[in-house]
Parts: sequence; C-alpha cells; structure tokens
Amino acid sequence: MTLLLSVLEQGMIYAIMALGVYITYKILDFPDLTVDGSFPMGAAITCMLISSGMNPLAALPITFAAGALVGICTGLIHVKLKVRDLLSGIIMMTALYTVNLRIAGRANLPIYNMATIFDNGFINAVFPEGMSAYKTVIIIFLITMITKYLLDGYMSTKSGFLLRAVGDNDVIVTSLGVDKGLVKIVGLAIANGLVALSGCIFAQQQRYFDISMGTGTVVIGLASVIIGTSLFKKVTFFKITSSVVIGSLLYKGCVALAIRMGLPSTDLKLITAVLFLIILVIGMERKKTGGRHVRAN
Amino acid sequence: MLELININKNYNAGSINELCLFQDFCLKIDEGDFVAVVGSNGSGKTSMLNIICGSIDIDSGRIEVNGEDMSGKRDFFRHRKIGRVYQDPSKGTCPSMNILENMSIADNKGKKYGLGRGVNKARTDYYKEQLKSLNLGLEDKLYTQVGSLSGGQRQALALLMSTMSPIEFLILDEHTAALDPKTAEIIMELTDKIVREKKVTTIMVTHNLRYAVEYGDRLLMMHEGNVILDKAGEEKKGLQTEEIMSVFNKISVECGN
Repeated sequence: MTLLLSVLEQGMIYAIMALGVYITYKILDFPDLTVDGSFPMGAAITCMLISSGMNPLAALPITFAAGALVGICTGLIHVKLKVRDLLSGIIMMTALYTVNLRIAGRANLPIYNMATIFDNGFINAVFPEGMSAYKTVIIIFLITMITKYLLDGYMSTKSGFLLRAVGDNDVIVTSLGVDKGLVKIVGLAIANGLVALSGCIFAQQQRYFDISMGTGTVVIGLASVIIGTSLFKKVTFFKITSSVVIGSLLYKGCVALAIRMGLPSTDLKLITAVLFLIILVIGMERKKTGGRHVRAN
Repeated sequence: MLELININKNYNAGSINELCLFQDFCLKIDEGDFVAVVGSNGSGKTSMLNIICGSIDIDSGRIEVNGEDMSGKRDFFRHRKIGRVYQDPSKGTCPSMNILENMSIADNKGKKYGLGRGVNKARTDYYKEQLKSLNLGLEDKLYTQVGSLSGGQRQALALLMSTMSPIEFLILDEHTAALDPKTAEIIMELTDKIVREKKVTTIMVTHNLRYAVEYGDRLLMMHEGNVILDKAGEEKKGLQTEEIMSVFNKISVECGN
C-alpha cells in the first residue's frame, strides 16, 4: 500500500515534468536537456522560499515563472544565437548547476518541520485524522489534473495552435506571417515552467533540495512521454496529455517494482537508464512492425 | 506592384564552387497579373520566388512592393502579404491538426495569435462553404486529420488556406508537380478560379509548358538567371505550346541536357 501510494505520488509529480518534456520532445521536436537543470531549480527556489518563511502555495507560480525564464534563455540561445538544440540545453543545464547552488546557498537544503502545501494548518484541518495518509496523493492529483487541463486549454487557443503547427511543419508558421523562432521560445518557456513547477512540488513532498536531484530528469520525462504516447496511440477518447500522465505513473511503477525485487536503491539511476533504453527499443519495434501486441515491459 | 531591381546573388561566394545565379536581375510585375514562369532546372525560377519571399538572402539589389523596399525584411514579415503554395503538399498544411483547425489557423493570418479560442465555431459554415467549392467532399471531413488526406486533397486545402486572408501576392512553387495528371488538372483549374475571383497578383512556377500557355496572362521563360522570353497580353494569348517547346528545347540543348 505504501509502495502504491509512493508510486502514485511520485508518478504524478513527475507527470507535470513529463508534460513539459512532451511539449519540447513531441511537439517542438527539441530534445531539451535544460530540464535536468530546471527541475532542481524549482526545488532550490522552493526550499529557499519556504525556509525564509514564504507561503508554500506561492512557491508554485514563482517556480513556474522562473522555469519559464530559463526556457526563454534556452530558446534565445537556440533561436537567436543559432546554437544547436541539444547544445543549447547542455549549456543551460551546466549553467543552472551553479545557479541552483547559489539559490539554495549550499548543495543540500532540507525543509523539515516547515509548512508545505501538503502539511500546513489549513490542510491538516480539512483532512480528517484517518485520511492523513492520503492527503498528499489527493493534493498532488488535484494539482496535476489542474495543470493538465490548463495545458489542454492552452493547446486549443490560437497561440496553442501555432505551437502545434511549428512542430508539425514550421514552414506554415512562416507562411502565416509569424516568427517561428518566437513560437519555439514560447514552447520552451511553458515546458520549463512546468518542469520547475514539478521540481517545486517534488521538493515540498520530499522536504529537501539536493543539487544532484535533477540528474536523469530528462530521461524520466522522455520515458514517460514515450510510454504514454505509444501505448495509447490508438485510444482516441484519451487526450494525449492524459496518456503522458499515465505513462509517467507506469514508468514510476516499473522503477519501484525493480527496487522492490531486490535491487539496491543506489542502482536507481541505472535502472532508470536501462528501463528507458528498453522502452525506446520496444517503441521502435512497434513502429517497424506496426503491431499492437508488444507491450512495454 | 512588385519590382526586383538589380538583384545579385552568388552561391558559395569566394570558393571554387562559386555559382553566379543572378547578375543585375530585374523584373517588374504589375498588380493583378497572373504570371507563369517556366525554365529548366537551375534556371533560377525557385530561387527567384525564394528571393521575393525572403527565404534566401540576396547579395545586393532591391525588392520593392508598391514602392516599399522589402529586401531587409525578415521572411515571416514578408509572408504577411504573401500566400504561398509549395510543391510538397505537406508544407502548406499541418498534418496532425484536423481540417477545421487548419482552416481556423489560416483564417487568423494577419491577426494576433493570442489566447482566444483557436477554432471560431461561428465561422464553421463559412469554412464548409469554401471547402464545398473544391468539390472534393472535404466539407464532410472537418474533423479528419489533414495527415490522412491524399496529396491532391492536401494541396487543394493548402491553396484555399493560403488565399483565405487578404494577401497581395500568391506564390505558386510548382504546386502541381507532385500530383498525378488528373489531380494536377483539378488543382490547376481551381487555382485559376481562385486567382480570378480574388484578383490577386500571382506568380506561378511550373514545369508544365501547357499550363504556362493555357493559364495566366503573362509568360516568362528563364534561363541561367535571365528572363529570355516575356510574353504578355495579346501576344501571350496567341502562344502555342509547340512554340514554347521549341524555344525550350533550344536552350536545353545549349546546356547539354
């Protein structure tokens, strides 16, 4: 039960990050490594704000804005300075390592015994004693769903249409008289905003910031997106964003299962990487044969 | 009115592969003209379109639209007044979006792409009516993804989308070349109809000499970066495909193909 709860909690927190990766990887076709820096940045800002007495709820919009700013930087490096997409992300990721250390002041910043969105006077009063084990998962579920619906909403606006168009066929964006570079920057801003928001919630749930917590974030995000989009390709009543959320849950489930089967938790990153490789290969196999019988894991 | 004045364009300048495409190239196209451009591969037809649209830079010269110099303006800025249909049917539409979404996004050209609803439901009937004029049955497929349409259907949609908003020029870059002969014929008739209805200045590059003779009211033949044949008005009306063909063969022989 505890295992299931922790999979649900972490899966849904990472789902918000995966939604960001979905925008860059699937829509913009931009393998954005900034994510490995913007996720811990969200956590660093959150722990810094909370330990200096800020309302934990206020950390959500603040981290989103900070993430968006980072995304804009990556976009400017790529679009204006014409640096290749992968390199733009690597530059930002590396730079953010130092920025995160500066924000947090040190490599590890715990926020034990401080109010978070999961543990404060109001929340504790709303949830009855018997429900307290589930309050975290319920709150995370609400935040993830709100984020998902906001993103769905954005995707059906005119601006969202442009974002979808630029990944599909950037020639048409130019034909419509719009600067395709600008659209890419907007996409990267939203994506990294979501990633930082995810980092913020992660920090509040785990109650610490650690400088190395971002390593492998992009792999988790990509794995979630690929599982979600390839498993539910044929299911039309599902929005693609829902598939990504479920993909994230499945992926976290797989990793948790591997640990449960006796692998030491220090092997986590290796498991993450190997699982991702398996998913990638299976994903390619599906594409080649067009078969529907191959299931991830 | 569109004027290209003393355009110079070299590819790979300064290297051993230097290729001079245009040297003091001049061309004037009047408002409302429907110009068909023919010429062999490498004659500069598509480069000329790219220069007009800003897709490639020029070394020197001026591109004037109604007297305003456009040569320093970015490509997307110039496209605000230009509709363009490409040879590749997938370039004029968004494959992962449905027909309704594609029409809506094109309908909004020239306006702000803000946070308003992407699809304007009130315009659906208008879109249907427009699609109906294509006679391809697309009006019943509003919610079909464009990626699953055939090349001809996509090209017809691209043509419609590129002319939905008020534009000053329509640029057709071998837009029937990737289609089968029958579909090409349909698209060409459709093009003629749209150009006549909207009275939009049009430049059409084609490899089909018959289309160039049959359609449009001016015909240009290009060769090695120069216009070697320019017929308009009554002269153009009297042209025969054979006549053009013989000129075309002559220049092709000179090139050695």
